[in-house]
Amino acid sequence: MNRYYYDLHLHSCLSPCGDDDNTPNNLCGMASLLGINILALTDHNTTKNCPAFFTAAKRYGIIPVAGMELTTSEDIHVVCLFEELDDAMRFGDYVETKRYLVKNKPDFFGRQQILDGDDNLLSEEEYLLSNATMISIEEVYSAVKDYRGIAYPAHIDRDANGIIAILGAIPPDTEFRLFELHDGERIEEYSKAYSIPAENFIISSDAHVLTDMREKENYFDLDDEPYSSAKVRKELFRILDRRNSENR
Amino acid sequence: MTAEKFVESTGFKVVCMPNPERNISGAYIGDLLSWVMGRAESDNVWITIMSNSNIVAVATLADVGCILLAEGVTLDSEVVALAAEKGVNILSTDVSCYDAAIEVSKVI
Repeated sequence: MNRYYYDLHLHSCLSPCGDDDNTPNNLCGMASLLGINILALTDHNTTKNCPAFFTAAKRYGIIPVAGMELTTSEDIHVVCLFEELDDAMRFGDYVETKRYLVKNKPDFFGRQQILDGDDNLLSEEEYLLSNATMISIEEVYSAVKDYRGIAYPAHIDRDANGIIAILGAIPPDTEFRLFELHDGERIEEYSKAYSIPAENFIISSDAHVLTDMREKENYFDLDDEPYSSAKVRKELFRILDRRNSENR
Repeated sequence: MTAEKFVESTGFKVVCMPNPERNISGAYIGDLLSWVMGRAESDNVWITIMSNSNIVAVATLADVGCILLAEGVTLDSEVVALAAEKGVNILSTDVSCYDAAIEVSKVI
């Protein structure tokens, strides 16, 4: 058993609002400086920088998790994480068919750069990534599960694109059991207000610029023998799955 | 004006009308439910494009006179059933929120 510090919500330079300096290598290098061990890449409605992110993570000794921050049809942000890169990429293909295609205006929204593992530009995404998809909040949980992933509402303590701000409350019949908080100081408050066990909150930075990444703080104690990054990721998902399936 | 009279005067479509005698006055437009809860006033026509089932709870909390779905937004049958059960009137129209509000202002 070893302690693994995590940040499971990060944007690369593919997200329009993600800084151009948030290349896969810079994200992993910064995480390594901050003492973070497990890092998830969750760009808006795309997984296309995840392959480069996995290459960069290996270089910096980071355990990568492939993910996406999905925007639902109600403009609610949901973090989607996958144990396997392939599943994340297939989910990315699915979301691609559920997007409203509006041309990006890079001058206004920012560039959307797809890079390779050495941070070289492969291409730029032509259509804006951050706008709402056709997938509703009721559909996300099962849709992600179909691709063997886990989904939970992002930054529920924020007004912008948080499920509580948009829907006024967490829907009583929701399938979600895990919830992300931006501010780890608020676990007790949200745990009480919404009857969610404290351990079901995931605290992550949602950093769009490198300087918003945080010092190591939130962690999972994971059984990691025999050690491999795949084993650590497997244990992480086992724990997330367990917290996600209890008390249903 | 009652909800029933309001429908007669405007021609908006009825999605469900469990409370036809409900009084209606004034209007509020918004889709961010946390805002609507705090800002819509009692008896208002609440014009929205939000279709999530939480609109029924918010309509009850804010005590609005009816929900008016704009832009041709449709609801799942479970949401309609819930509204009928909770006594929440729901109307709909194909026009935009702005044009719907103009129609509302002509009659109330």
